[in-house]
Parts: sequence; structure tokens; C-alpha cells
Amino acid sequence: MNGVQVYVPRDSSAVSVGAHEVAAALEQEAGVRLLRNGSRGMLWAEPLVEVVTERGRIGYPNVSAADVPGLVEQGMLTGADVGGCLGVVEEHEWLASQHRVSFARVGVIEPTDITAYAEHGGWAGLHRALSMDPADVVEEVVTSGLRGRGGAGFPTGIKWRTVLQAEADVKFVCCNLDEGDSGTFADRVLAEGDPFTLIEGMLITAHAVGATEGFVYVRSEYPDAIVTLRRAIDIAYAHGYLGADVQGSSLSFDLQVRVGAGAYICGEETSMLDSLEGRRGEVRAKPPIPALSGLFGRPTVVNNLLSFAAVPMILADGGEAYAARGTGRSRGTQVCQLAGNIARGGIVEVDFGITVRELLEGYGGGTRSGRPIKTAQLGGPLGAYLHPDQFDVPMDYEALAEAGAMVGHGGMVLFDDTVDMAGMARFAMEFCAAESCGKCTPCRVGSVRGVETIDRIRGGQDREKNLVLLQDLCATMTKGSLCAMGGLTPMPVTSALKHFPEDFDVAPGSDLADLTPTDSDNLQATQHSAISERSTT
Amino acid sequence: MTLQIDQPAGPIGAPPRQPSPGAAPGGAPYAPETDYGTPALAGPPDAAVTIDGRQVQVPAGTSVMRAAKEAGVDIPKLCATDSLKAFGSCRLCLVEVEGGKGTPASCTTPCSDGMVVRTDTEQVSDLRRSVMELYLSDHPTDCAGCARGSCEMQDLAQRTGVAEVRYGLPGSGGEASTATSAPTSSATAVPTLHTHVDGGAARDETNPYFDYDPQACIVCSRCVRACADTQGTFALTVTGRGFDSRIAPGPTDFFGSECVSCGACVQACPTDALTEKSVVSLGMPTRYVDTTCAYCGVGCSFRAEVRDEQTETGTSTTVVRMTPSKSGGANEGHSCVKGRFAYGYAQHADRQMHPMVRDSIDDDWRVVGWEEAISRAAAGFKAIQAEHGRGSIGAISSSRCTNEEVYVVQKMVRTAFGNNNIDTCARVCHSPTGYGLNQTFGTSAGTQDFASVEDTDLVLLIGANPTDAHPVFASRMKRVLRRGAGLIVADPRAIDLVRSPHVQAQHHLPLLPGSNVAFINAMAHTIVTEGLHDEEFLRERCEDVDRYLQFLMAEENSAEQTQRATGIPADQLRAAARAYAAAANASIYYGLGVTEHSQGSTMVMGMANLAMLTGNIGRPGVGVNPLRGQNNVQGSCDMGSFPHELPGYRHIALDAVRDIYESLWGVDLDPEPGLRIPNMFDAALGGSFKGLFVHGEDIAQSDPNLNHVRSALGSMDLVVVQDLFLNETAKFAHVFLPGSSFLEKDGTFTNAERRINRVRPVMPSAVGKDEWQVVCDITTALGYPMRYDNAAQIMDEIAATTPTFAGVSFARLDAEGSMQWPVNEKAPHGTPTMHVGEFVRGRGRLMPTVFVPTTETTNRRYPLILTTGRILSQYNVGAQTRRTPNSTWHPEDTLEIHPADAEPRGIRTGDRVELSSRVGATALHAVVSERMQPGVVYTTFHHPVTGANVVTTENSDWATNCPEYKVTAVQVGVANAGQPAADTSYELQGAGRS
Repeated sequence: MNGVQVYVPRDSSAVSVGAHEVAAALEQEAGVRLLRNGSRGMLWAEPLVEVVTERGRIGYPNVSAADVPGLVEQGMLTGADVGGCLGVVEEHEWLASQHRVSFARVGVIEPTDITAYAEHGGWAGLHRALSMDPADVVEEVVTSGLRGRGGAGFPTGIKWRTVLQAEADVKFVCCNLDEGDSGTFADRVLAEGDPFTLIEGMLITAHAVGATEGFVYVRSEYPDAIVTLRRAIDIAYAHGYLGADVQGSSLSFDLQVRVGAGAYICGEETSMLDSLEGRRGEVRAKPPIPALSGLFGRPTVVNNLLSFAAVPMILADGGEAYAARGTGRSRGTQVCQLAGNIARGGIVEVDFGITVRELLEGYGGGTRSGRPIKTAQLGGPLGAYLHPDQFDVPMDYEALAEAGAMVGHGGMVLFDDTVDMAGMARFAMEFCAAESCGKCTPCRVGSVRGVETIDRIRGGQDREKNLVLLQDLCATMTKGSLCAMGGLTPMPVTSALKHFPEDFDVAPGSDLADLTPTDSDNLQATQHSAISERSTT
Repeated sequence: MTLQIDQPAGPIGAPPRQPSPGAAPGGAPYAPETDYGTPALAGPPDAAVTIDGRQVQVPAGTSVMRAAKEAGVDIPKLCATDSLKAFGSCRLCLVEVEGGKGTPASCTTPCSDGMVVRTDTEQVSDLRRSVMELYLSDHPTDCAGCARGSCEMQDLAQRTGVAEVRYGLPGSGGEASTATSAPTSSATAVPTLHTHVDGGAARDETNPYFDYDPQACIVCSRCVRACADTQGTFALTVTGRGFDSRIAPGPTDFFGSECVSCGACVQACPTDALTEKSVVSLGMPTRYVDTTCAYCGVGCSFRAEVRDEQTETGTSTTVVRMTPSKSGGANEGHSCVKGRFAYGYAQHADRQMHPMVRDSIDDDWRVVGWEEAISRAAAGFKAIQAEHGRGSIGAISSSRCTNEEVYVVQKMVRTAFGNNNIDTCARVCHSPTGYGLNQTFGTSAGTQDFASVEDTDLVLLIGANPTDAHPVFASRMKRVLRRGAGLIVADPRAIDLVRSPHVQAQHHLPLLPGSNVAFINAMAHTIVTEGLHDEEFLRERCEDVDRYLQFLMAEENSAEQTQRATGIPADQLRAAARAYAAAANASIYYGLGVTEHSQGSTMVMGMANLAMLTGNIGRPGVGVNPLRGQNNVQGSCDMGSFPHELPGYRHIALDAVRDIYESLWGVDLDPEPGLRIPNMFDAALGGSFKGLFVHGEDIAQSDPNLNHVRSALGSMDLVVVQDLFLNETAKFAHVFLPGSSFLEKDGTFTNAERRINRVRPVMPSAVGKDEWQVVCDITTALGYPMRYDNAAQIMDEIAATTPTFAGVSFARLDAEGSMQWPVNEKAPHGTPTMHVGEFVRGRGRLMPTVFVPTTETTNRRYPLILTTGRILSQYNVGAQTRRTPNSTWHPEDTLEIHPADAEPRGIRTGDRVELSSRVGATALHAVVSERMQPGVVYTTFHHPVTGANVVTTENSDWATNCPEYKVTAVQVGVANAGQPAADTSYELQGAGRS
């Protein structure tokens, strides 16, 4: 039991750069007590080895197995300033300037250590919620201003209220962990780093709406998260946090993990429900909304993991504390994920209102290649490409929408000047074609035709006619699609053409560069409706 | 937790307020039935909606698409149809809602009061045109369906104003299809236009009746949804994802799949991807007539869609297809493989077109004119009566012919023959229903309509196999079961319904054949001894309660004591009984597995008792429901085809009843009941019964103990057969009178719901004389002038003399569509649910039902029990279906046997086996299956060459003589090589194949 405590993350991103080998090497050293935590989200520093000292946990970035003996010899186990030491990790500017609410424990504790979870503020929200009336729990969440973190931004409390008021023989709580957006990994890091937060959030939800069964729908491409979640659930059952009469209360809640099968569209909530029911992941028309008729036709809360992860704090500290953060109608914190051609990629959880520039150039440090920034795509593969001139827009649902972009699930992908935006526009259509469920015509056929039309444009064939055709196609997909898959695919296409017409051999300022339909108010309206129909909330 | 797959679907269409155009004489020019896009909702029209300036009132929640259609605005659509709930995939039906966001789909947008909608704005029109442009970029350019009008794409292209498909068209290799495009110089290769047409999948022509062309498919999924929600077979699915999505019947072709060929997908398909072969070869129909199917007791309403051609000799009419009517009360737009596709027998080469006579059954047939045939028949009957007495001749009427035709046959017997020797094939199937329900409730028919199943919470299914024998009703039942209604199946076999896609019986009670009454007594015993019965209902609405309870409570009726007889474990039976009693609405559905037993009538009364014990009578969702077999068996019973009853089930001995007919007909009626069919055979062999008129029935194949039947027929002096084909019975006939098919008849059928449906001719009788006219001519030739101007007059006479039919006439049926009897002053539009408030006989009568095991028991020589049944694609003796491509599915009858019985006998699937009983033997191929239970074997009786009824015995129901087809002691063994296989003694010389 004696010895120096050393943390080596077991998160799959750290593992991918050798964390398991580093851990093995450390185990060879005398006097090391190894702990495997989640990732702090400082992906640029992984594998990040943290040594517990009296000053705090001292961080050593980018450690490799071969480095270990040398670093130990140089005094790493006493916190010596070697190997690019970051000092006390929690005091590092990159972390200290964040406001970690949902990610408070990620990287701090071992993910399935339920005692550590409780010691770090876990279960406080649940206990308070269980002492409250369900309707009051809902009100607390309404007060917090929490909006669905999957991307639709729908007020979470209002959704819960709908489910609470619905009458049915059984109600469900479903966590959408089908984190398919390129450049996003927050759900995974949180699931692998602090799974009890999700469990606590879902328990509070169940109590608030009267649900007795829950499912976590995890994409098949996250095997480590699946294992970790299942382990955490087993431990929660063993400690009376799941099952009948949770913690001696009248709440009974059963939870299990279900695995997807490689379909991005199952991140859209109704496809996810179909998939959970054992059917093809096909989008359902709304109405009825899942809050009233969801899984197996019963009232169902579907929320993204990040939404659930905000709930324990909201109950523990009160909705107003959460609402005190943020800006405009975007309250609380946003979990941003910096990725792509970026110097310092990772998780940045801060209050809404921070600008895109502060995120990408401040936290992110600009491009990894060192070349000039050309563009950034926000909100996943269906998000708009921003021109650097727009980087001062704040991270805020309404502000980004006005700029023709969106928050989405918080993913931000940076590109340098070697990127061909016409190729990226083509990729947007290609992605849609590959992932379309195939139910509605604008998406199923339109995406394929979109690739062909962009290829003709790039090939210089009837460029003008095909640009007009592309405009029509984008309007059709935006206004006519059944869900945001087809509905938002035009966003990256039109933004690429608008901001980077030269990549399409189109003169800047030319009419042809503007693919937005003439009725731009309507476009915004349809974007809103498309978004509200969209994926994870 | 029960699985909820689909939302409740409302009724399909509002009942017609005026006669449908197809009800007019000769029908109407072809037009498809109106399609409102989404199902109708029940409820008051409480939402006022304005669509393109037009006001309309609809129930709140109705789709905007449907409201628009009702307001006269036709919104373009491809993936919506009013028999299926909205799907929202084609995106053609987009509209703008005032105050709303964007352009929602009108099929998935519910109406609310005060909503204002525009369907014709520039934005919406642009979107529709663009969507069609996308569709057309992946659709065959030479679509034959578009040319002949069976595919909707061309129409929609015009309506939405697509002038050019700028993406390119299939076959153009990627060039845009504009007339004026001149490709600009380009060094890069032209991108391929991806389509499912160029190099697309091949046509699937394996189903005998329709083709599947994947190249014309637009993946609207209407077929998949129809197969799931309407039919309940779930044979179709979408494979692949995105652009690669394709409809598939599983990993096989259509014929190899689970498809039951009901045609719902073909009907649902808006393009030519799924089309009837008959439409491909004949073209679209030009005229249609509303009529009724002539197969089973569901009585589906159909539109017979035809083409007329003028030839030198007149008009020649060809049936293009039979399309089920959405307004059909029994079927609501659905059908099965038989009614939908197997109508070709009416034009089969085997069809006899001329009357024929011969002196002896060993002679060849001689074609003659109508007059000679009719006088030969009349003279023959007269001569027999002169020699052997008035009671020496009789008739068997048909359960497949119209009410009017049956009425005149029984009238012929009672007037011209002067006796009551008239019987019908109900004798051999549901006569115990008639007896049992009459005794207990006062009516010889089911208590509900089919729609009643929508309100049931639990179905107790006894001795019936509806997915095979009443498939359209079974689909309705499955829908309710998928929504969570409970199911108990009491059947020796594990029928399909026990475990079917998204349906699972909570209890399968595999009772032994012959133990029905012990089973039903144990159910009732459990309910009463555990205090689960409805005391109030018994006291208020029933009589003889105490005597019945005293009988019932005896220990010998308990689940434990009956276990040995029934083979059902006691705890399972108790659980099932409790479930039945606990349901708010529990219903009983039963078939020939109840009636074709030596205690058939007893069992019917036992089921009636069970319903009364639990108060499950007199409202929707409950009742005792016989699944009657033939298209008009209910009708032929209603029409008095019984030796002891006049029309309306009134006993011949009642003076008041005889008075009605005697004064109208002007003859004295014999007050003594006549001979039943089994009595006729016995009397024939005894020498006192020598002449028989057989109308539309093949007793030499369908009656039990065939050797006995054939001997009886062979000993008669005159057998007159009126039928479409030279069947087994015709081999014993001296006069053959060709009949008319249902496509040539004008009359009515009455289905299992007591629903009287119109049968209308699409062409005049192919043999030159209506069947009822033939019977009138014979009657006249016998000395009693009988004449009607048309079939409507016959129904008028029925209505004038029969109280339960008082309000019925062709005119009223044309206006109402159909009506369920009783139709009288109290119920001018008919009676869906019976015994509401009080039973027809006043109080329901509880009859003690003592279990008397059948004498047909197994022994060392005949150690197995044979039970019989029927399957989906063949109909009864197969006279019709064997003469259609349906034989592709069931070319022979087979013997199903459990492995525990097959193995000791060295029998494997495909082996030829001999099936023998104490009365006869036959041979057929074996199928080893665990659907059977050990000790019980099963076969069908569709093929005469097998002659399954050679082995069934003369055992019958004590009250009605309904044969005990379901219990025969048999032995099965591998057929000896070299020995003649089947019992062929009935293949007589000169059997007269013309």
C-alpha cells in the first residue's frame, strides 16, 4: 500500500499512443503504485503521467515506455522538473482556465472507483433529487437553461416535463452515445473516464419523469467505452445505485448498455430508437415526438451523454448556479472538442460565450503543421465551414446560427491552407450518401447526385448550369429532407462555396458563389426545424 | 413488457353514403378507388381547417393530406396510401402551414382547429418538382408501366412540371438530358450517373401471379409496410442502406420466401415495381364491377376489373384482375391469394359449357340442349317417385352458390318434389354451430362482426387455423395481437399463429383430438371454483344456472382429472382459464376442430357456456365466433336448406310458419322432417332413396367414408349434378347441368359475420342460362310452375317471408354496401353485434355438457389419430384452386407426422406412406414435423387422387350428424414397393371425361 501513486490514463486515446506500455514500464519500477485514470482531455499531452506529491499531482507529458527508466532516474517519482514537466496539472493554464462541470472528475479519478466518485462530489445530486418531488426536479433543470448537448439545443427541462406529464404503463430514459460526428470524442472520454456521472444523471432523470428502465446506446466503434460502462453499471447495482429501491428510495431503475452497428444515422434519436427496438435504423417522422411515443411507443427521454452529465451538478448546486454561467440563451458550460490539424487538441469545457478564435488559436494553438489557418468546421460533418474572419463569433447557439454555422455537439475541426474546399464540399455529399438511412428521397438520391454534380463542377463541365443545379439541390435537401442528415448536408457545401469560391474556380463575389436560396429567412427557419428534428439532444 | 410495433390504425374509409359506381348494372368505367393518403380517424369532426382557401371539418389529428383530399385538393404523393399509416419518406407532399416553420410533409402533419394550409405556393411547387427530378434520375425511361398507366411516375412528372432531368437519365451514360446542352471542353472524365436501372437487378418472375422489377422500385416501402401492418407476414424488408436500399423478400426470390402471395404489396406499389402478370399481358382494365369473393366465409368485397372487347359475335370480357375493395365491410381493402389471384378456374379448359346426359354411368356423356337435359331430369325424378314413393328423391344444395339459387333449390324440393329431403354441406362442417348456438342463445350464427376483434383483450382460439383458412380475418386478428391482446390456442397442432412474426400465444394447449368437451369443462370448472365468473351476468341474463353449476362443479371436470383425457397439464389449463376470465373483453373464435367431432354440438354449447359464465356477450370485443368455411354456408343455412327447417331456421312442424309458405306457394307442405345427407346415403343403399339433385357440391370427395358414399351414389337410378366441372360426384351422374361461375352470377352471399354481400355479374352466364333459371325450369317441368324475372325478385320473396331478412333487397344492399342480418324495423341497417341487452331467445340457456369420449379410439391395429385440415393456397376439395397456378404451392396432399412416430416406422420426409383406417386406405408422401404431437398425424383433402376421406369414418355428431373428420384411428407405414399406391377403385370406366 505504500509507494508513490502514479496515474497513467487508460482512455483509448492515450492507449493509442502507448499508455499501456508506459504503465507496464512503470510497474517494473520499484515503489510505484499504479492507478489508471481517464484522460484529462489534454490530448496533446498524452500519454500524460501524473505523480502524486505533496504539492499536488505533477504531470509529465508525452511519456513513452522507453522514457520511463530515464525519467524515474531523474526524479520523476518525486515530482522533479524533468521531461517537459507541466507542474501541478490542475494549475496548468490549459486546465485551470476551464470551467469543468461535467468533466470535473474525468482524469482525476479511476473511472470505476465508486468510492472515489463519491469522495469527489458524486451522488450529491442524486440524493438531493430523491428528496424532491419529480416536478420540482424538472423545474430545477428548466431553471438551469440546459439545452440538449447532442446538437439540437432543445431545452432539456421542457422535454422532461413532457415525459413527466405523459401517462403510460412504462417510460424509458435513453442515452444517445452514438457519437458519430467527425472530430468529436467528448462522450467517449467521459464514458471511459467518469461513467458514474452518466449513471447518476440518468437516475435523476428517471426519478424526474417516472421512468423505470434505461438504455445507453453506444456506437460499436467504442469498445473500451462499452466495457467501462458495463463494469460501472455492475458496480452501481452492487452498491444499490441501480435496480429496485435505489438507495432505499422508492425509485427503481434498471439500466443496460446496447451496442450500435456502424450507422452514423443512429445518432438521430428516432433511428436510434428503431435500432434499440431491433429494427433497421430508419428515421421516424415526427409527430409523434419520442417524449410522447418513443421506445416501443412509450414516453421516452432521449438525451446526449453530455446533457445527462450536466444534471448531477444542476441538482447538487441548483439550477441557478448553472444558469449563472454562459451568455444569451446559451446557459451553462459547453464541452468543446478541438481536433483536426491542431497544435493542442482535446477537451475544453468553458462557459458559453467564449469566441471561436480563443478556442482554436488560444487553447488550440493554431495548426499543428504551423501553416496558416484556412478554415474550421464546427459541429460535425454537417456543420458549416467558417472563414477566419468569422472567428470572433462567440460559442453561442443563436450567434453561430446567425453566422450561418452551428454549435452541434461541440466538435471543432481545424484545417490549414493545404485543404481543397471543393474536395471538402464533395466529401460532405459523399458522407451523406454513405450514411443516409435511405428513407427519404432528397437525402437518399440527392446526396449521390450531389457528389456527381460537384464532380462535374470540379471537372469544369457545364460549370454554371451545374452550380445552379447544386443550388436547387441544396435547397431541396435543406427544406425537403426528413431529418437533419439530408437537411444539414448543404451547410458545409454552401459555406465552402461561399467562403472559398476560388477552390471551385468561381470568382469571389460572383452570384454563383451564393447557393443560399433567395428566401434566406426561410432557410434559417428550416435550419431550425431541421436542427430540432436532428440527432442527439 | 409487451412489444408495441405499430400505432392503432383507424378504419380505412368512411362507409359509402351513396351506392358505389361499381354497384350499377354492368359496373362503371375503370377508376382506382379514392385514396385519401392516410387512415381515417374515429371521432367527431371537431377541427376546422382551411386548405388553399377551402374549408373542411375533420377529427383533430387527421393528417393535412387527408383533410385536403376531403376538401377537394389532391396533394401529390408517392409513399402515402390510406390503408397504411403515414411514413413521410417521398417528400412530395410538402405544404406550408401559416404560422409554422418550414415546409412540413402533409401526410405526417396533424390537423388542429383553425389551421390554415397552402399547398400551391411557389416554394412548395419548386420543391415538388425538384424531388420528382431526383426520382426520375433513377427511374427507367422506357417504363412500360408509365405507358399503360399502371405506374404513377409519369403522371406525377407532369403534375409537378418536370421539364428536364438535369442530373441525367438512366441509359444516357451520365450526360444531362437537355436538348440544348453542349458539353463544354473538359479534360476530366464525365462522372457516371449512378442508377439502379443501368445494369440493375433482374426481374423476379418466380411468383405465379406477379412480378417484381427492382429497377422500377422507388423504395417508398409501401410494400414492406403492407406486408407488415396489413397482412402481418413480414416477408418483405429493405436491404442495404442509403442509395443501396432495395426491397427484398429476404435472401431468396419471391417464391422461395415467406410471402403468402396475398397481393397487398402489389396493390400498394405506386410504380410498376410490383405488378400483376395479368396487367402486364392484358393491359389496364377499362371497367369494374363491385362483387364478392367466392372462396371462404370471410366474404371479401372485390372490384372485378375487366377489359371488354368487341368481336364479331358480340362483347368478349376478360378479367384483368380482382382488386379488394377498401369499402368492403369484411375485408377493408385486403385479400388473400385465392380471391385475389385464383379466379382463373372460371375460364379453365375443364369448364363444362353444355348440358349432358347418359343412360348409365358406364356410358360416355352425350351433349344435348337445355330442354332435353331438363326434361330428362324431370321425367327421371317423376318416374322414381311413381315407383318408390314421394320420399325417394331429394336434393343437396350448395354452400358456394348464391342465396337466391339456394332458395329456389329448397323451394323446388318442397313444392315440386313434395318432401323435405333437402340438405346442405353445412351438415359436414358447421351444423353443430347451428344447433349449439340455437339451443343456448337462440340464433344459429356468430354473435359479432369481424370488426369486433379490434376491441378484444384476449382471443381464445379453438380448433381453427385462421392464417390458413380465413387469412384476411387472421390478418385483422394479428394486428390486434401485435398491439398486445392475449392469445390462447387450443389445438392438437402448433399452428402458425402460436408463433408468428411479432405474435406469440401466451398459451398453446395441445389437446388430444376428441377431448374438446373435457377441455372446455375444465376451463369452466376452474373459473367457477376459483370464483372468477360473472355472478351478475348469470343471474340477470341466463337461465338453468343452478342445474348447470351443479353439473359443472363435479370433481371429474377439474383440470387435474381431465388431464389424462386432454393431454393438457393441469397448471397450464388453469393459467389459461384464469387469463380468459381476467380479460376485460375475451372472445372465442373457433372452427371445424370444434364441430367435426362426435360431440361437436356439445362443444359449441360448452363454449357458449364459457362466454356466459364470464359475461362475454353483447358488446364488441367478445362473443362466440364461428369461422364459417364456405362463401355462402351461412346463407345456405339461412335459406332453409335443412330437412327440418324452412328459411330463417323455423321448424317445418310449426303450422304458423308453414302457413306463410303454403299461402304464397299455393301447395301443401309436408310437415315431417326429411332426410339428412348421411340418411340419404343409408337409404340409397337400403333401396328406398333413388334420385338425387346435387348442386355445386362434390360429396364424392368431401364427405367422409368415401367408399360408402360412392356405393350409395352408384345404387341410385338418377343423379343430377349441376356444377362448373366434371367432379368426382359427376362420375356417378346421369344428367350434368353446367353451372355459372361467380363472375357470371347476380345474387348475394352471406359470410361468417351474417353479412349479406352482393355478387354482381361482369359478364352474362357463359353457359347461356342462370343457375336459378335452370332450377326453375326443372321445377316447372315437374309440374310446379316457378318463375322469376330476375334474381332481385327472389330476394324480395325471401324478405317477404323471412323476418330476419325483412328489410333486405338488392336496392337496399346497393345503397348500404352490405348489411348483417337481422335486418328489420328494429335494426333497419342490420345488426353487427347480437344479444345486446338480452338474448334472442330471451335468457341465455346454460346446458350441461357431459364429456362422452368418442368411440373412435386407437388400438394396437390403428394406434395413431388422424386429424384433417386445409391450407392457404388450396380451397377444400380444390375444384377451383387446383385449376389455377395455386397448385404451384401445394401440388399434393401430404401426411404430417411427428419424429417420435416416424422414426420407429422408418419414415423420412418424402417417403411414400400408406395411411389406413378400418374403412379404407390411401397413400401419400410424408412430411416429418414437430408441429404435430406424438400420436397425432395430419393431412389435407385438396387432391382427389389422394382421397383422404377414404379413411374417415361414419362417426358423427350426435345432434347433427356432422362427421367426425377430426378423429380417425389410423395406422401409417411405408408404402410397399410394387403395390398399387392409392385406393383407385373409384376410377370407374367411362367416367366421362369430355
